[in-house]
Amino acid sequence: MNLPTLLRALPLSLLSTAAFSQTIDIHITNLTQGMHFTPLLVSAHASDAQLFTAGQPASTALATMAEGGDISLLVAESASTAVNVENPAAGLLAPAASTQIMDLDTQDNTQLSIVAMMLPTNDGFVGLNSWTIPETAGTYTVYLNAYDAGSEANDEIINGAGALGAAGIPIAPAGNGGTGASGVTSMEANETVHIHRGNVGDADLEGGISDVDSRVHRWLNPVAKVEITVK
Amino acid sequence: MNTLKLCAKPLLISVAALTLAACGGKDDDDMMMYQYDVTITNLSYSQPFSPLAAVLHGNDYQPWQLGEAASAGLENLAESGDNSGFLQEATDMSWAQQSSTGVLLPSNQATLQLMAMVNDEDKAQLQLSLATMLVNTNDAFTGINSLDLSSLAEGEQVQHDLYIYDAGTEANSEAVGTIPGPADGGEGYNAARDDVNYVAMHPGVVGRDHVGEAQAVSPSVLSSAHTFDQPIARLTVRRTQ
Repeated sequence: MNLPTLLRALPLSLLSTAAFSQTIDIHITNLTQGMHFTPLLVSAHASDAQLFTAGQPASTALATMAEGGDISLLVAESASTAVNVENPAAGLLAPAASTQIMDLDTQDNTQLSIVAMMLPTNDGFVGLNSWTIPETAGTYTVYLNAYDAGSEANDEIINGAGALGAAGIPIAPAGNGGTGASGVTSMEANETVHIHRGNVGDADLEGGISDVDSRVHRWLNPVAKVEITVK
Repeated sequence: MNTLKLCAKPLLISVAALTLAACGGKDDDDMMMYQYDVTITNLSYSQPFSPLAAVLHGNDYQPWQLGEAASAGLENLAESGDNSGFLQEATDMSWAQQSSTGVLLPSNQATLQLMAMVNDEDKAQLQLSLATMLVNTNDAFTGINSLDLSSLAEGEQVQHDLYIYDAGTEANSEAVGTIPGPADGGEGYNAARDDVNYVAMHPGVVGRDHVGEAQAVSPSVLSSAHTFDQPIARLTVRRTQ
């Protein structure tokens, strides 16, 4: 009934070599009022793996996810021992909506990472990087911030472009984006993963500098709440 | 549970003796006094807070739920700063409630005292909720939702940084005449719900200072002085008894 209690009772030397294997529930909430998350990747992995590293350039797989929402490369590149849950929300996770993963067996993996693209952005994503799964049973709450992959200029032009390297934003899923924007910028000076500086947007849905609505498609960190229950 | 809670009421509100009758068989021995100092610090640059509304309650009350429509009381609080409806909605489900008087200006602090008699059976449910409007916005509020106080020992305190929520009941137009605070002096509560109609985190104030071309379309009555970031407030709860 209480494996963690038993583990605590073991000598430390034994504990360090014991197989980790936790069973966890994960509850993910999109806290924003107006941003959608593309299909989430939830990955339990070893401590030597990272989906992304702040301050380092994004991998091709991460940039592919951040620019178009495609998580397949991240999955393909993960270690065979990683436990991946792809697309738990069965599609987009709408603003203020939640999704749940029940009874995930983490096997020997000690770390938890979560990523999904945020729409409408050029290459913004919500991220949890290599969080250490606690050994003690209980419910833990983690708040997630919005990152910028640094791989694409934040022009804020909604033009359907989601392929790696293609300029523009794929879509505003709620159908409340604009058209005909001239573009906020054509540069991405910081080409590493960094905290997203936020959408600029404007209130002109038929022109202006941005197709993003400044009154709707912005956010303040944190953008997601994750509750992890270790059983 | 309702009956048990009613027992606590005469201490807090002068209710007639008939509620006491409901306590009939209950022995006073298992009732205990819980007392808390609830302190809020306004961390914003230029967002006064409307009178704070604090509620001590159990499991059957929640002031709001992310992704769900705001109650009428919360809508009114978040649009106008009037917390009377918000507190009214909690009356039957709370051991104690308090409102501060007047606005809480930036960099200022206010402390509310909440006390309640709670019996042994219910003490595991002790929770605090609090809400206050950021008055230079359309419908932004901050607060805390069902903070568990059951394990807070006498003399101990907990501290939390508070986030900014959007009631989702009024579009963030920032238009002249729509914001009740000193930045505009416009309308407060309006029963019409012309926004997403769910509670979520606030996307932030846009303001008129750094949007350039957008101004022509939607002039904002707010300036960069009214923008904000998280956290907007600090909450300290100290159990004094």
